[in-house]
Amino acid sequence: MMTYTAGIDSGSTYTKVVIADVAGNIKGYALEPTGFRLNAVADAALGRALAESGLAREELGYIVATGFGRYQVEFADVQVTDLTAAARGANHFFPGTRTILDVGGQTMKAIRIGAKAKVESFRLNDKCAAGTGAFLEKTARYMGYSTGEIGPLVATSKESVPISGVCAVFAESEVINQLSQGSAPADIMQGAIVSLVGRSVQLMKRVRMEPEFTLVGGILRFERMIDVVRHELASEVNVPPGELVQFTAALGAALLGQRRLQRLHEQELPASA
Amino acid sequence: MAYAAGVDVGSTQTKAVIIGEDRRIAARALVETGANVVRAAQHAFDSALAAGDLREEEVEYVVGTGYGRYKVTFGNTQVTEISCHGRGAVHMFPETRTVVDMGGQDTKAIRVSATGEIVDFCMNDKCAAGTGRFLGAAASALDIALDELGATALRGERPVKITTTCTVFAESEVLSWLGKGKKIEDILLGVHQSIAARSAGLLRRVGLDEQVTFTGGVARNPAMVQTLEERLGLRLNVSEESHFMGALGAALFALDHVLASRAPAAAAAR
Repeated sequence: MMTYTAGIDSGSTYTKVVIADVAGNIKGYALEPTGFRLNAVADAALGRALAESGLAREELGYIVATGFGRYQVEFADVQVTDLTAAARGANHFFPGTRTILDVGGQTMKAIRIGAKAKVESFRLNDKCAAGTGAFLEKTARYMGYSTGEIGPLVATSKESVPISGVCAVFAESEVINQLSQGSAPADIMQGAIVSLVGRSVQLMKRVRMEPEFTLVGGILRFERMIDVVRHELASEVNVPPGELVQFTAALGAALLGQRRLQRLHEQELPASA
Repeated sequence: MAYAAGVDVGSTQTKAVIIGEDRRIAARALVETGANVVRAAQHAFDSALAAGDLREEEVEYVVGTGYGRYKVTFGNTQVTEISCHGRGAVHMFPETRTVVDMGGQDTKAIRVSATGEIVDFCMNDKCAAGTGRFLGAAASALDIALDELGATALRGERPVKITTTCTVFAESEVLSWLGKGKKIEDILLGVHQSIAARSAGLLRRVGLDEQVTFTGGVARNPAMVQTLEERLGLRLNVSEESHFMGALGAALFALDHVLASRAPAAAAAR
């Protein structure tokens, strides 16, 4: 039976795949660095997600692509915008979600949604690295740390060093100045996070945010980022469990696939009866 | 003969120019700014003195300019780099009405009067897009030396269209074009065209009036000159000394001071 669906989120930094069953349960998921061969990478990530779920490709009834590279995923049945997909995914985890903050490697989005996960307003930044995860990556790199080390590094921070966060390129001289004045790398990293969250809150204000707030996207893997958002909003925030924070849009795409699949079956049933 | 000097402490390079009373350049020097800005300023000035075979006492007045102008500890006063670039450009090309200054970390558009006074200016210093840093990022992504960038770009025939604004994203866009099999020459020509488009926007904001003089370190890059000329549809004045224009302007302000302070003294002696 072809009752399973796959959601493929072809993002600027990572390609994420989630396989869902008819009840909306996650059967498997996988992630690959996007690189430049978008279709091949999506195919590889799908292969790994299938292997994890123990399913065969033939069991997939519908494949939905989302993310900036969605039109490059040649084997997808349909494409949906990343806003729709993130809205659906966030609504699945937290039905009370009204505002979503999605911070990825090269984009930041604020989305306000209605009760049925309908997108009502959104703002995005994909023009300037200072408002995206790339800002944290650059800041880490200027100090000699890799992206993977950001989480552990910032966890040791005791205070935040002010970082202006206006430009990810000019941040280099700011970081070097701070280091030469004896600031700890962890505190500089914390400062970069505070500055990024400042930009997030601005974006959220522009969609006229309402609680509940749900945070998604690869950059929300960092516990400190979540803490700072909670602090800046002075509100509780929802965060999908563990790694799934990064797979919310892919899950949303897979769930939208389930809905399409159901509709297809409903159309077929009377005909076959 | 009396001498005056200007020291332009830029984000990337520090330039010193010494001029005589005849307003001709007697000596000049350029050093990398590095981390110690105070030392870079002193080093540039000392190198210029050595190059001109001059003693420090012979230089009567020193003006500091550039972002590090307050680090010119031996300077008598400071003048903003906007005034200095305007002054230097009008000195070199008296018909100049608009100056575009492209340095390592910012791009400025300056409108000047016939006497070299600043009428209006506009600068891009909050964001690295459209500045020399954009070229630096492309150079490092493609592993090409900065001074070869221009010549390489000029060999391009079918420029790619760079769609990203941010320098950080442009670096990955450059690599993605390379991955799609585009030639380095065509990618680099596209990079230059994209910077030219942003600079042209800046120039239009202050009002574009002929003649236009192109100053700053990036003006030495022939592809940047060509793409900017194509974009604006006019010829640019470019001096061999384009990267010394700020320091030259500072030296001219310093000489003003020397001559002004001497005039009453000479009158009193009579």
